[in-house]
Amino acid sequence: MNDKPKIIIGLIIFFAVFTFPFWYNHGTASSAPEPKLTDKAEQAKHCVRDVDFMRKEHMQLLDGWRDRTVRDSQRVYEIDGKEYMASLSNTCMECHSNKADFCDKCHEYASVDPYCWDCHKYPKEKK
Amino acid sequence: MNVNYFYSLLAVVGLGSVAYVGAGVAGLQGVFGIFIPYLAVVIFISGFINRVMGWARSPVPFRIPTTCGQQKSLDWIQQNKIDNPSTLFGVIIRMFLEIVLFRSLFKNTRTEIVGDKIAYKWVVWLWLFAILFHYSFLAVVVRHLRFFLEPVPFFVTFLEQIDGILQVGLPGVFLSGITLLAGAVLLLLRRILIPKINYISIAADYFPLLLIIGIALTGLMMRYFTKVDVVKVKELTMGLATFHMGIPEGGLSGLFFVHLFFVCILAAYIPFSKLMHMGGVFLSPTRNLANNGRMKRHINPWNPEVKFHTYDEYEDDFREKMIEAGLPVEKE
Amino acid sequence: MVDILKPEEMYNSIDYKIPSDRWEDVPPDLTLGNFCYPTKKKNQEYLGIVAKDEWSPADEDWKLPENWEEIIHEGFKERLDKYRSLKVFMDICVRCGACADKCHFFIGSGDPKNMPVLRAELLRSVYRKDFTTAGKILGSIAGARKITPLVIKEWFSYFYQCSECRRCSVYCPYGIDTAEITMMGRELLSLLGLNINWILEPVANCFRTGNHLGIQPHALKEMIEFFCDDIEEITGIKINPSFNRKGAEILFITPSGDFFADPGTYTMMGYLMLFEHIGLDYTLSTYASEGGNFGLFTSSDVMKRLNGKMFAEAKRLGVKWILGGECGHMWRVINQYMDTMNGPADFLEVPKSPITGTQFSNAASTKMVHIAEFTADLIKHNKLKLDPSRNDKFKVTFHDSCNPARAMGLLDEPRYVLKGVCNHFYEMPENTIREQTFCCGSGSGLNTEEIMDLRMRGGLPRANAVQHVHDKHGVNMLACICAIDRAALPPLMDYWVPEVGVTGIHELVGNALVMDGEIERTTDLRFEPLNEEEEQTDE
Repeated sequence: MNDKPKIIIGLIIFFAVFTFPFWYNHGTASSAPEPKLTDKAEQAKHCVRDVDFMRKEHMQLLDGWRDRTVRDSQRVYEIDGKEYMASLSNTCMECHSNKADFCDKCHEYASVDPYCWDCHKYPKEKK
Repeated sequence: MNVNYFYSLLAVVGLGSVAYVGAGVAGLQGVFGIFIPYLAVVIFISGFINRVMGWARSPVPFRIPTTCGQQKSLDWIQQNKIDNPSTLFGVIIRMFLEIVLFRSLFKNTRTEIVGDKIAYKWVVWLWLFAILFHYSFLAVVVRHLRFFLEPVPFFVTFLEQIDGILQVGLPGVFLSGITLLAGAVLLLLRRILIPKINYISIAADYFPLLLIIGIALTGLMMRYFTKVDVVKVKELTMGLATFHMGIPEGGLSGLFFVHLFFVCILAAYIPFSKLMHMGGVFLSPTRNLANNGRMKRHINPWNPEVKFHTYDEYEDDFREKMIEAGLPVEKE
Repeated sequence: MVDILKPEEMYNSIDYKIPSDRWEDVPPDLTLGNFCYPTKKKNQEYLGIVAKDEWSPADEDWKLPENWEEIIHEGFKERLDKYRSLKVFMDICVRCGACADKCHFFIGSGDPKNMPVLRAELLRSVYRKDFTTAGKILGSIAGARKITPLVIKEWFSYFYQCSECRRCSVYCPYGIDTAEITMMGRELLSLLGLNINWILEPVANCFRTGNHLGIQPHALKEMIEFFCDDIEEITGIKINPSFNRKGAEILFITPSGDFFADPGTYTMMGYLMLFEHIGLDYTLSTYASEGGNFGLFTSSDVMKRLNGKMFAEAKRLGVKWILGGECGHMWRVINQYMDTMNGPADFLEVPKSPITGTQFSNAASTKMVHIAEFTADLIKHNKLKLDPSRNDKFKVTFHDSCNPARAMGLLDEPRYVLKGVCNHFYEMPENTIREQTFCCGSGSGLNTEEIMDLRMRGGLPRANAVQHVHDKHGVNMLACICAIDRAALPPLMDYWVPEVGVTGIHELVGNALVMDGEIERTTDLRFEPLNEEEEQTDE
């Protein structure tokens, strides 16, 4: 019994499946998106927390804000002696009013689907 | 303490430290982030193919399926077409159920002596742990495609939605990560705590489990606790997937490199280990052949010429006695 | 023979506690009573295989040939290249332990090396050392070990404690079949001249005389004639079977155990009566007078040499097809090896029952039909006059023999026949029958007196299931379709369940068969009263 052809077909499938990323992307590198800052954000110079923290943990920060606001009615976030209003729409989006360029690009890139906008309205983008 | 799991634990901890120190402290991120992953992929794919072709080089001289049900015989006798297939289609169904549902393992029983009777009780645990472990692993691997594909295709996002169906915590909990860890830990505990299983286990049984536990733990750490910048991670991995290699600006954390290194070790280890059951399950002659040995001729490529004792030799030996007994003979 | 424990003592001695020493450090027990006697050199010489001077497994020094390591290494390599099964099974076991408590020898002995996974590890550990990179470098950490004379002793001990029944392979998620492992292990041992007499003597006999028991042609004829006299006494009908007759339609081949020892002889009588009743044009052969094939337990070459006689004789006699009797491993050989080894049988025709016209398309290539298939077809077509009440004193259960169950799937045919010829039939518990059936404990050439302890332990799971239906339904007869069973189950039943007898299914057919012109029967085929008066209390 010669079953080598079947085995080779099996191995071709194996090869195709495990090299899927190489040929799916056609070898074209789309460079990682950089969140775009609006002029206003640019001018503000600093955010609520430092950039590295915001890149990795902004979701935790927002989650904490939401919980404290909704459950404890604490609308003020105090850090480094400064006070901010704990609000996605009013504080964050005030500077980062460009949701598509600031939020969505990275979220899409990383296949993350946050449910912020299930409740929150996002500001109309000013082009 | 059993030396087998001691060595394995030592190996996993050692490998983790190498990556942590190498990439995190010594700054060899290029080695751990680019060179080793490529090397691992090459070893995995070429090693896997090489091993399967090695199996393929040996023929299947005889048709030896293990039949687990009624054969095809008389028209009015109901054949068990799956467990005793006589056609290719039946074999495909049997193999499909075996590979996808671990059907043989599902039949598992436990033998117990109860008074003067020996009892065989159906036990589901091994099957359950195995299913949990393997499907979690699959889900985790597929989910990780989000780091290697741009744009992320629908099946990955779809799986993420299913996997994150509980919608607890932030980032939302992916069930598969937790169940992978649980499955691996349960399989490990089984190996350590059940004396019989402990007795048959060798270091090569503990090592991959501990390695996978290491992978799951570092992964969960990064997602839920210490945090990484996933965009940067994807920048690195997409670089790998598109051959535009580079370490993202500012580098990545030591923990990430431990995770990646573990995965590389696992991939490179597969072709040389029992983890090849992934390919071997397709090639087991007791499962992947139809029970049609009497219907169709199966060819053995090395069918040897052997010395028979021919009828003539037999008659020469016994002719007189045969004639005397009135048995017919060829030569009087 | 060595005295063995009383049943109760043996039962209570079973201990599944795992030893504290690693299995690699536990030497095999090769004291008298724990090993099969080695073969006499003359058998090896007769067959022209590696011959070894007289030795005993109890000896400290087995006096292996000087280059024994090389012989094993080369032999192993050759088999890896010849059998994908061996290669794959060496590589992919994950030691999940599903097989561990599926082996009857483990269940009865508690010896961890009788767990199929460890039996395979005996070979696998050497494979790793000799043929894998990891094993060569990491040694014992990778589960590899160097082969030593002690390992050879261990192989001899444990590959002759496996009956190649394949039960473990049913449960293995990869279908790893310990029978394959054991067959390879035994072939390797054979390369060093390490064979056992209870296998090789029958093989040598079969080679010369045509059957395992060494019955010569004239004696075989006398034996059959003796059965015919008995049949005449019981039924008043004189049967004159033919031998070596050219031009017969069918060649009938059955294991030689049926010619020789009770209760197989009664089964033989059953066949003869059946064939007479339906007027079958058949002949028996003295040359191909063995259905079984102990070559299966020796090596594939020897198996082929013995098996070759069936087709050769069928061709010489010019029959149309071959009918095979009740036997276990015989049917593994026929179903899984015969056509490949000695086919194609293009000089035969696709078997067709001359009585019912049924064509056995499932034997289209091999042209060999199992008697249970043949008889079931007769009963289905109402071609037999049967009086099942003649078997009313028997409460019958059925033991699936390992090979017809797991290497063929002959499960419902014998049951159909049994239900047709007796009124009281009870199944044993479901985890002990059909593909999950337990070995008699003496298969694959282990049916030898000197290892009685092991045989009784190995047969315990089967006996215990019989005990269950004996207690529950009063079962007193264990039916089977295997000659080794008919030899091995009686002592097993005597030991564990003494109230239960053993029979082939065609003995019960013979009892129930109402032959044309027969006298009123007063006894069954065993010359025991029929008890026809007994009230039917069942159902």
